[in-house]
Amino acid sequence: MQGKKILAATILSLALPLVGMGAHAAQPAGTFDQVQPAKNRIDFVFKQMNVPVKGHFKKAKVDLVFDPAAPANSTVRLDLDLASIDAGSADANSEVVGKPWFDIKSFPTATFVSSSVKPLGGDRYEMTGKLTIKGKTRDVTTPVTVTQNGNTAAFDGGFTLKRLEFAIGDGSWSDTSIVADEVKVSFHVEAERRAAK
Amino acid sequence: MNASNKYSKPAVIVHWMVAILVLVALPLGYYMTDLSLSPRKLQLISWHKWIGFTVLLLLIPRLFLRLTRPVPAPVDTMPGWQRAVASLTHVVLYVLIIAVPLTGWLMSSAKGFPVVYLGLIPLPDLVGKDEALGDLLKSAHEVLTSGLLILVGLHIAAALKHHIIDRDETLVRMVPLLKR
Ligand code: HEM
Repeated sequence: MQGKKILAATILSLALPLVGMGAHAAQPAGTFDQVQPAKNRIDFVFKQMNVPVKGHFKKAKVDLVFDPAAPANSTVRLDLDLASIDAGSADANSEVVGKPWFDIKSFPTATFVSSSVKPLGGDRYEMTGKLTIKGKTRDVTTPVTVTQNGNTAAFDGGFTLKRLEFAIGDGSWSDTSIVADEVKVSFHVEAERRAAK
Repeated sequence: MNASNKYSKPAVIVHWMVAILVLVALPLGYYMTDLSLSPRKLQLISWHKWIGFTVLLLLIPRLFLRLTRPVPAPVDTMPGWQRAVASLTHVVLYVLIIAVPLTGWLMSSAKGFPVVYLGLIPLPDLVGKDEALGDLLKSAHEVLTSGLLILVGLHIAAALKHHIIDRDETLVRMVPLLKR
């Protein structure tokens, strides 16, 4: 008797979350716009002499509005503090802030401003926007996966940019046989729901 | 000369391959470290790593040959203390020729730069990224390298002394071209 009850309870507790996932109504409604800066990550991987080197930015200001009921109305704005870069080594960090790379004296921040968000079905979206680095603006498109967990949502995605389109690594550094043109960028942003009014 | 007085041909070949690679890796290592960061420096560091890793790879056939074939005995005219110094030098040379590239590879892993051999074959990272460990391994690589430099100098000086002063067969049996 006791055993059966435990079994039934176990099955039920395993199945319940599945039911919750199926029915969106089970999620509380509301717009996500309280970005949690401490949880954000902006990472990148570049290749030098075919060696993948990881880096990231320590300071990024993200503003976003995401309403699961109307995802196409979402907006994102990123202000990236370029001086907060970690490009993999102390040597590289002092190099990349300089004129041939990010020239942060003249261009301290990079920005991304979304222009459209297209639902791809399920938790997947396609975001397009304008990325501005070193005074050059290019359209970029990136997939974004949204993982909702109660009142928190995580936004994950990544895209490849060509550093030379933004003149990142000018002059002798433009030799792509040493430092590849493609840089893989990935991001993780978390936001909580706007407090109910 | 009977057979046991000679090195096998593969042993001679692999000795000189390692010698040439070490004699390129050493000055390249000292030169590249002093350069400020530039595309050239990144290229030289990569070449340095590839050369060093090749030394490590060549140790496989080298040790195999060393352990499976008789090593010719020192020439008869050598006094006992010289034989002792020679065999000690050889053991330490082997140890350093393993330890120097190995600490290079470890340092590279610890500094967060995986090694991609010849730009084609990614080698596994031996340790995770750890700045402090990386600095320690860098010092180890430098110190062991200085040791290697000293022993290589001693090794070359001894070989030349055998050839020029003692006028014995020691160098000739490793350099068949010199046969007089
Ligand atoms: C026969 C093998 C090798 C020799 C003789 C050798 C020798 C040297 C020398 C002389 C230096 C300069 C040390 C200094 O004064 O700072 C150096 C630096 C270096 N070596 Fe090697 N090395 C060898 C193998 C390797 C290998 C296999 C790797 C990596 C896979 C490696 C990675 C490095 C790196 C990264 C540096 C530069 C350290 C820095 O500037 O941060 N080495 N090596």
